[in-house]
Amino acid sequence: MSVGLVLVSHSKELAQGLADVARQMAPSVTIVPAGGTDDGGIGTSFDLIAAAIGEADQGDGAILLYDLGSGYLTASTAVEFLEPDQAERVVIVDAPLVQGAVSAAISSQVGGDLRAVVSGALEARRANGPGGVRSLDDLDG
Amino acid sequence: MACDAAATVAAIRAVAATVAEHKVELTHLDRDIGDGDHGENLSRGFTAVITKLDAGAPETPTAVLKLVATTLISTVGGASGPLFGTAFLRAATSVGDAGTLDGAAVAGALTAARDGVVARGKAESGDKTMVDALTPAVNAAKAAAEGGGSVTEVLSAAAEAAEGGAVATTPLQARKGRASYLGERSIGHIDPGAQSTAYLLRALAGAASD
Repeated sequence: MSVGLVLVSHSKELAQGLADVARQMAPSVTIVPAGGTDDGGIGTSFDLIAAAIGEADQGDGAILLYDLGSGYLTASTAVEFLEPDQAERVVIVDAPLVQGAVSAAISSQVGGDLRAVVSGALEARRANGPGGVRSLDDLDG
Repeated sequence: MACDAAATVAAIRAVAATVAEHKVELTHLDRDIGDGDHGENLSRGFTAVITKLDAGAPETPTAVLKLVATTLISTVGGASGPLFGTAFLRAATSVGDAGTLDGAAVAGALTAARDGVVARGKAESGDKTMVDALTPAVNAAKAAAEGGGSVTEVLSAAAEAAEGGAVATTPLQARKGRASYLGERSIGHIDPGAQSTAYLLRALAGAASD
C-alpha cells in the first residue's frame, strides 16, 4: 500500500495524460485521474473526484492536486462528504499540478507516508525548471 | 401560505423557472468576464432538481433543500456547483427538521448559506462574487426578521438587497474566480454569480408571496 494521488483537472485528457507521465516514475503508486465533467466535457465533477478518492486511498491516504480554482472548490466539497476517519488522511495540496504530481508520485513510490507525499507536492511551489526566463529582468537583460 | 415542504418545493420550482428565463443572459455575463458557462451550468443543475422533485416530493423543507444541494453539487460543475450546493446544504442543516419555517428560520438559513459560501470559496466582500449579493441579502433578512417579519417580508428584503449588491459589483475588479485573471478588464461588468444570486432570491420572494 502507498499514498495515492488524485489529479483534478477541468480536462479528462489532461488528467489522464498527466497520470501517464507521473506513472513512468511511480509505477506502483495509485494515481487516479479525475478530469472533466461526467459527460467528458470541460469542467470538474464531484462524482468523478469522489470516486477517485475512493480508489486512490487504500488506507494510507491520498493527496489531491488541481489545475484551477473551481477544481479546488469541487475537490473540497468531495472531501467534506467523506467519513471523518477517511477525511483525516485525504489532503488537497495547493501546488502546481504537473510538477506537483510528478514530485508527489515519486515521494510515494519511494515509500513516503502522507506527510512526505504532501511535502513532495509542495516542493513544486519552489522548484525552478532547468531553464527559461524567470523574471522580466531576464527578458530585458 | 405556511412555508412547509410543499411551499419550499414551489419556491424551488420558481427558482428553476427564473434560471431558465435568464439562462442566456447569465451565459453572456459569464462570457464577458468568465468562461461563458454560468447560465448553462445553473440551468442544467436546476433542470436535474426539477426532475428529482417530479419523481417524489420530499417531506420537510430541509429534505427539499438537501435534495437541491446534492443535485447542484453533482450536476452544475464550475465554481457554482460547490458554491450554490454548499449554500443549500448549510441552509438545510440550519432549518433542521422543522415542518414549517418562519421569518427567523429563513433569515437563519440565508445566513448559514452565506457562511457556507464564504467558508468554501473564501471570498470577501468586494471581491466581485456572489458574496457581494449574499451579504447584503443576509443583513437585510436579519433586520427584517428581527422586526418580526414574515417569510415573505424577509425574502423580499433579501431579494432587494441582493439586487442592489449585484449591481454594485459592476465597478469592482474581480479578486476571485476566472474573472480575476482579467484584472482591470473585469471592471464595468456585473458579476454573473451575484446576478444569479439576486435572481434566485427574487424568485424565492415571489413564490413566498403567492
